[in-house]
Amino acid sequence: MTAAAIPAAPVRARRPWVVHSILPGFGLSLGITLAYLGAIVVLPLIALALRPWELGLSGVWHELASPRVAKAFRLSFGLSALAALVNAPLGLLIAWTLTRYRFVGRRVLDALVDLPFALPTAVAGIALTAIYAPTGPLGRVAAQFGIKTAYSPLGIFIALVFIGLPFVVRALQPVLQDLDAEVEEAATTLGANAFQRAFRVILPALAPALVSGVSLAFARAVGEYGSVVFIAGNLPGKTEIAPLLIVIKLEQYDYAGAAAVGLAMVAVSFGSLVAINALQLRLAKRGRA
Amino acid sequence: MNSQPTEDTEGRTGAAGGLSLDIRNISKSFGRFPALNDVSLQARDKEFLALLGPSGSGKTTLLRVLAGLERPDAGEVRFGGEDFLSIPVRRRRVGMVFQHYALFRHMTVAQNIAFGLTVRPRRERPSKSETADRVADLLKLVQLEDLGGRFPAQLSGGQRQRVALARALAIEPRMLLLDEPFGALDAQVRRDLRRWLRELHDRAGVTTVFVTHDQEEALDLADRVAILKDGRLVQLGAPNEVYEHPADPFVYDFLGAACRLPGTVSDGRLTVADWETRAPKDAPSGAVEVFFRPDEVMFAPLDGSGLAGEVKAVVQRGPDARVECLIEGRLFELQARGPTLPNGVAPGLAVRVKPLRPHVYPKP
Repeated sequence: MTAAAIPAAPVRARRPWVVHSILPGFGLSLGITLAYLGAIVVLPLIALALRPWELGLSGVWHELASPRVAKAFRLSFGLSALAALVNAPLGLLIAWTLTRYRFVGRRVLDALVDLPFALPTAVAGIALTAIYAPTGPLGRVAAQFGIKTAYSPLGIFIALVFIGLPFVVRALQPVLQDLDAEVEEAATTLGANAFQRAFRVILPALAPALVSGVSLAFARAVGEYGSVVFIAGNLPGKTEIAPLLIVIKLEQYDYAGAAAVGLAMVAVSFGSLVAINALQLRLAKRGRA
Repeated sequence: MNSQPTEDTEGRTGAAGGLSLDIRNISKSFGRFPALNDVSLQARDKEFLALLGPSGSGKTTLLRVLAGLERPDAGEVRFGGEDFLSIPVRRRRVGMVFQHYALFRHMTVAQNIAFGLTVRPRRERPSKSETADRVADLLKLVQLEDLGGRFPAQLSGGQRQRVALARALAIEPRMLLLDEPFGALDAQVRRDLRRWLRELHDRAGVTTVFVTHDQEEALDLADRVAILKDGRLVQLGAPNEVYEHPADPFVYDFLGAACRLPGTVSDGRLTVADWETRAPKDAPSGAVEVFFRPDEVMFAPLDGSGLAGEVKAVVQRGPDARVECLIEGRLFELQARGPTLPNGVAPGLAVRVKPLRPHVYPKP
């Protein structure tokens, strides 16, 4: 065999920086994209990231380690997660009802789901407070059983469920709509009972959308301010949420302290979203090439 | 493969084996639209039966009734002597193959095929290794040995359809139901799969009911063809039988290209325009519709008989030619093969065209 017949060892092609497209305008559109994202997203984030350090490392630590801040964080992230998780089965049920059945008033219900989106959060807060306050219609009933709704963590939870619901429902609806009835029929002819169809066929198909809906609801709930402050009661260390803490610090001209809390929130939110996205990616990859 | 006992439980023995599937007077409406109207038909054990008809003819509805996915308004289905309609879908053990595969997208090919085994009640469920063996056998059967670990999205349409078939076969079905299984595939894949499906059926020995709107597919594949129209069974018979003796103009038209002309029958003679010939057997008397296939004609026969026509155009395509011919004021596209097309047939020529096997139906 001659040397020429020996194939050269394959050179692993490096991924190029830019895959050139036949479409013109790459430079211009990338430039605008970077400038816009930079101005709108990156710059404020940099400002937020830089601001706290004028307190010094120990100052930031002192700020974040205070029991009031720690409690607010637990409250905000804990209740947001809980509300998002509660919205998962209920949102699934609502999305199922709206896509699978045809009944009078379905469109009205469908529009109602969007209301928490559309309502100014302060209006939602006032409305929820009016209902759940000890003098309100639902609050009074709950009070008879010794349950405090408004001005307690439960009230915050209710507000967070309220604002998170549309995210879950809207994430699931298109997927449910696309879910082929034939797939369930196939499962039935193969001998699967209703339980097996739900848990082995339908839920796995919905899982990526469900995770993404829940993560959106969670992200929204963490940042929610307007509707919560009215119903929360805002007792420091008891029903004070992290965003409110930022506002309080700002009102006291403690910009660095507010930024420190904000930065910590960004860090925790970012971390949880990355984790959720990783899970979602893994779920979604199964269904695609 | 586990197969049905061939014993005819009702003692109505047919010539080619026991009666297996007995559909009696099935009717089904969706709202005010009658999808099936008093349909009765029988299939023998291990028979390959095609339900053929245009869309809206009720063929898919009938298949779904057999699968248990649709409940008929009236009628009875017996299978192997059992009242099939009283058995819930999950227990019918029918292998259903859907037009769009209906695979479980989040499961691998192997998991898809194993699904029917893994959902069985615990005491009937085969062990993990038995299931794995069975999946391996089926993958081999559908010639997808190496693809067990792939997801459906990573397969071609033909491969997906074979996975769907393997999944249906995994439950050792008593009856295989196929709903336009090749409808979404391109022509070449269709033809290959068709031949392969027929072999598979012969090996597996399962009664198979197959829905299609493609007459070529039905005639090519099935032991017998049931032709449906507007929810009614129009004709049932062997492919050759229905092609040679279509029961009515609809069937004639549906099974292939058709030319039609008015004519009359009296005293055993058929007259079409200026052409007179012996009427086919059993032809009705009086005004009739005469049908013939555009490729079953003879140009300028020696005896000079036939329909007077004028050639308008000749398009040669390899050994075949399409001859556009004006007969009785209507333009027909006739097919001629080398030997039946004499030299010199060219546009402008007046010729006689003799239909070789005219079919005659009473005028509606």
